[in-house]
Amino acid sequence: MTQQVEAHPLRFYGDGISYLKRLESKGSLIVIEGPDGSGRSSQIDLITSHLEAAGHAVLTTGLKRSELIGAGILEAKHKLPLGKKTLALFYAADFADQLEHKIIPALHAGYVVLADRYIYTLMARSSVRGIPRSWSHDLFGFAVKPDLVFYLDVPPEELFHRVFQKYGSLDYYESGADMGLSDDLHESFILYQRGIAKEFKLMESKYGITRIDGGRGIPEVNQELQKRIDGYLRSSR
Amino acid sequence: MGRAESARRTNKGRLIVVEGIDGSGKSTQLHLLDKWLRSLGLNVFFTEWNSSDVVKEITSKGKKKALLTPTTFSLLHATDFADRYERNISPLLEAGYFVLADRYIYTALARDVVRGCTSMWVRKVYSFAAVPDIAFYFRVPPDVAMDRILEGRPKLKYYEAGMDLNLSNDEYESYRIFQARIVEQYESMVTKDRFAVIDGTLDIEEQQTLMRRHVSKLLALPKVRATIEVSRRQEGGHP
Repeated sequence: MTQQVEAHPLRFYGDGISYLKRLESKGSLIVIEGPDGSGRSSQIDLITSHLEAAGHAVLTTGLKRSELIGAGILEAKHKLPLGKKTLALFYAADFADQLEHKIIPALHAGYVVLADRYIYTLMARSSVRGIPRSWSHDLFGFAVKPDLVFYLDVPPEELFHRVFQKYGSLDYYESGADMGLSDDLHESFILYQRGIAKEFKLMESKYGITRIDGGRGIPEVNQELQKRIDGYLRSSR
Repeated sequence: MGRAESARRTNKGRLIVVEGIDGSGKSTQLHLLDKWLRSLGLNVFFTEWNSSDVVKEITSKGKKKALLTPTTFSLLHATDFADRYERNISPLLEAGYFVLADRYIYTALARDVVRGCTSMWVRKVYSFAAVPDIAFYFRVPPDVAMDRILEGRPKLKYYEAGMDLNLSNDEYESYRIFQARIVEQYESMVTKDRFAVIDGTLDIEEQQTLMRRHVSKLLALPKVRATIEVSRRQEGGHP
């Protein structure tokens, strides 16, 4: 069995959650970011197996998975168009629910929490839609600072092919169709994904995001991720 | 932010909000103000806290489960507010309406801070909201307001009674403590947020007279006066 990491107070981006300030984390929070088709879920499966084999308790979590309002988010999207701030706050509420009910308790109990996307995707989506970056940053002042954040970077043209091969169609929001970028869905997708990638580049140094070349094969990407994660877990013990 | 700035942000319409604890009489007063402004021929839009249908549908499930944390609770109300703000309040202010809001961001500030969110964070979350032209605060001794509400021993909702705060196992006792804490928060905002304080223990007519006196100052602005003249002329055309 591997040891748990040394207990430390939860670290937050901003003011944090005042009523949880004294809570300690004995676990690690590792975030995998990247657009649809970047290979996030394949990597999370591989990393989970590897870490569990090494004796770590692992919890995986993702956006839109909250029991509370997760399902509602999807329904609301299709019934009535929500405004961009409304949608941003909605996702933040859903995220807060998961953070407090799943992520923080798991960290407290010493789990390695693997997050399939985190606040960065939410902030990037808001920014490309014209919401001030400073507002999003302040909004997520309650978010726990992860120990590691990876961004799987895949060129938009390559993403387009991967998404089509996998799903047979493009997702409405993931192709920025709500933004009126282009009448042509392919062009809209490329422009939107380029915008998202640019936002991630802007966030890189501020939030300590490590860019990983996701254009390679699954084993190559996994090797690099696993090496970095193992290195971190060894050093933090 | 001062009034001058808010006037620039909503340079055509006027935003009037009422705040105060349950039973302070604010809704009654806003209703009377609404009738008056409409009788002057003004375009009026009324909006109420926590009333977006879209958001309600999605959040009711969570609220029934009674497992919302303060942060989630705060963000769900912010979502509701944002929906009403983006859909109605903002465009209608642009279009020159008198927007009347029964509770505004100060309700969130008071309740969320009592629940444990920091006021700095709540203010940042709501920083997109226009500063009202007038924010009326109905000041009543908490006991008076609570007696009005609790007179009929109504069934209090879980969050309404502040039961999530573990103040007391008795929901009426919990409600009393919760409301008293909210009053403390409101009082701390009076100067900073330039509340127009109305003594909620006065007669209903007296309070309304005071409110109308405040609102008359907004009516004296040239753009609004023009609107009234136009509407009078239109009215004059009818028998």
